[in-house]
Amino acid sequence: MTQTSPTLYQRITSAKLFWPLLALALLLAFNLVFTKGFFHISIRDGHLYGSLVDILNRAAPLMLIAIGMTLVIATSGIDISVGAVVAISGALVAMLIGGTLVLKGGVQSYVTLVPMPVAILAALAASALAGLWNGLLVSRVGMQPIVATLILIVAGRGVAQLITNGQIITIYYKPYFYIGNGFLLGIPFSLYMVLAVLLITLLVTRKTALGLFIESIGINPRASRMTGINAKNLMLCVYTFCAVCAGIAGLIVCSNVKSADGNNAGLYFELDAILAVVLGGTSMTGGKFYLLGSVVGALIIQTLTTTIYAIGVPPEITLVVKAVVVFLVMMFQSQKFRRVVFGKLSKQVAKS
Amino acid sequence: METERLPILEMKGISIQFPGVKALSKVDFRMFPGEVHALMGQNGAGKSTLIKALTGVHKLDAGAIELSQRAIAPASPLDAQNLGISTVYQEVNLCPNLSVAENIFIGREPMKFGRILWQELNASASAKLEKLNIRIDVTQPLSVYSVAVQQMVAIARALDVQAKVLILDEPTSSLDEGEVALLFQVIRGLRDEGLAILFVTHFLDQAYQLSDRFTVLRNGELVGEFKPAELPRLKLIEKMIGKEVDLNTGHKGNAATTLAVQAAPAFFEAIQVSRKGAMLPFDLQVRKGEILGLAGLLGSGRTETARLLFGADRTDHGTLRIGGSKLNLSSPRNAIRHGIGFCPEDRKTDGLIGELSVRENIILALQANRGVFRRLSTRKQGEIADRYIKMLEIKTSGPDQLAGKLSGGNQQKVILARWLATDPKFLILDEPTRGIDVGAKSEIMDLVLTLAKEGMAILFISSELEEIVRCCNRVAVLRDRAKIAELDGADVDEGTILQTIARGSE
Repeated sequence: MTQTSPTLYQRITSAKLFWPLLALALLLAFNLVFTKGFFHISIRDGHLYGSLVDILNRAAPLMLIAIGMTLVIATSGIDISVGAVVAISGALVAMLIGGTLVLKGGVQSYVTLVPMPVAILAALAASALAGLWNGLLVSRVGMQPIVATLILIVAGRGVAQLITNGQIITIYYKPYFYIGNGFLLGIPFSLYMVLAVLLITLLVTRKTALGLFIESIGINPRASRMTGINAKNLMLCVYTFCAVCAGIAGLIVCSNVKSADGNNAGLYFELDAILAVVLGGTSMTGGKFYLLGSVVGALIIQTLTTTIYAIGVPPEITLVVKAVVVFLVMMFQSQKFRRVVFGKLSKQVAKS
Repeated sequence: METERLPILEMKGISIQFPGVKALSKVDFRMFPGEVHALMGQNGAGKSTLIKALTGVHKLDAGAIELSQRAIAPASPLDAQNLGISTVYQEVNLCPNLSVAENIFIGREPMKFGRILWQELNASASAKLEKLNIRIDVTQPLSVYSVAVQQMVAIARALDVQAKVLILDEPTSSLDEGEVALLFQVIRGLRDEGLAILFVTHFLDQAYQLSDRFTVLRNGELVGEFKPAELPRLKLIEKMIGKEVDLNTGHKGNAATTLAVQAAPAFFEAIQVSRKGAMLPFDLQVRKGEILGLAGLLGSGRTETARLLFGADRTDHGTLRIGGSKLNLSSPRNAIRHGIGFCPEDRKTDGLIGELSVRENIILALQANRGVFRRLSTRKQGEIADRYIKMLEIKTSGPDQLAGKLSGGNQQKVILARWLATDPKFLILDEPTRGIDVGAKSEIMDLVLTLAKEGMAILFISSELEEIVRCCNRVAVLRDRAKIAELDGADVDEGTILQTIARGSE
């Protein structure tokens, strides 16, 4: 093999983050031209307002789930139960907080059934339990990940509905709304949560050997076992982590809409999350994973949705437009496709 | 008498060329009705290629096939089957979740008005198995029956068409003794009905037990056709490996066995270790600074032994000891913690993580042993990788090159480096020189000798007897999944090893 030092063009285009970032930039550029006031950001009540902030805020649950999903997919698994976990987490937190109107000395105030931190912890614990269940089925029972998590899709929605008694539970406790709608230093609070989870995940996967082991398992599970990697426990952790991410997303979703809907909360989130991971450059066959790519992928999806609404695409064809854009981004990530489409062009650029 | 009978099948001057390799060159092969014909040869001798030529998988570059004195040119396995050449492959090619009857008739079910006639299907399936002396409930899913029965079902399926020639490719490789006996009974029955049976096996005993004729291939060429009675085992092995075994000369064992090594107590010990379908109970001992060789033909249980000693497969019975303390190996992880390393035979599937870098591949086992949290810093990883790249002269553009892009020999060195990095006390090397060039082979052997000199206990598995003789202090000889002898000192030479393999249970 001859090694020639790569040209700048090659180096940039071979960077995994390049293509998702380019797609995002193109989408934003499109809005710059076609959507009036898309980039306008104003400050109201000390908070940032505008389409961009809105996109970031709305993408928060998806970014969180995409982070967890990235690790699962890197082990060459998949978790399609995240939407159901969002519903469980939301239902549980809503049920525990609830909020009833009481009059204290003539002043109206809302009190919770249990303290809010306890409710949040309970919801996250339930999510972790759901993930543990997935992990056990995959790593110990040896079920295929898609089948194992399919079970939880069905069971999870059932559990969520049991918790909410089949009703939509409304929350009347103001402090809880902060999670999904609050601002800290002018920036949506949910973004801090995403940032925290992202940083912790980056740190844990790259500053310990976790990331290496996950990739190793995803690439060659048999050989990984031979090197003494404890694949079973790792899988257990990864599925649990993914579900906890979904649980946090559930808290945000529930806080956003100030209610919990066992049927519809987090519906189809799994599909968007998987899409975000793949857009971000992580292969579905497992192995090398890109957490930042997945976050960018989630932003692409949300920007796309917002753009479609903003430019007034008729609702009947929004999904088709979304599919076309996603298709194009995926194709351009493939080196083979790029070579076929503009192989000659890239050679000329490389020469110059 | 020989001249009176006409062969049912004749292949003449068969040549098949793969890109860069001559897989078969001018091979003649013939089969007679009512005979079991064993096709013998080492790995890569061309047995599978010949079978695939016969069943229409490979196109012939030269040569002709005649079936019942008529030229045929099967274009596909289905075509071959319709002509009367049926094959039962090594891996049972059936659907475990379908019933036995469905498996036998899949794709050619008795139909009426687009509806499957289930009763007729089940009845004829039963009848077919009955002919093979198998009486089972054919409506049960295949998976409830043993591998032997599944093998029979595969045969029954193959015989469904008007078969003249039946090819059995390694039919006994996953059967135990009783099951083999049952299968042989069936095969003899079919032979007596006039079928010509082509039998491929690595088990010499079985070949002698069953066959009426041998054809030996080597490196894609015909060595000859023989009658078992005319060809004693030792001669057969010589024909297969292509080497005259001179019992008097030959390389002498590794002279480096010092008295100190001989006097040392066993460091690693296996006592009556066994696993069903893999190895019959065996004892093994390796001392510090000693290289123990495992010799035996393919399928004799070499890799199975290695996997048992490394915890890759669980043992059914027996005890393992390292440094005097008892080992309870439930996984490779466990073994590594006790200072055991294992370079597997199949480096692509069991060894290399191709899409990780050379550096990551080298430190992987060490890191796994340290656990998730005590991560080796990237700098430290680089140092370790550089050290072994230099020491083993791994040819790579750098430690961050993807390991999958290296050549075979260098991949092997990377895996060797992975284990050396864990500083093992007992290292198992399963075919460490397979598929790598001569220079790299001798480098690896020199390294093995150096490691032993430094006090490592080593188990060295190789199908190249020269390598075993060159490296090993002692040699355990395996045959048909049992340890049959142990040679040491002056007995470690190619002739004695071959003789031991051949003698066996005669």
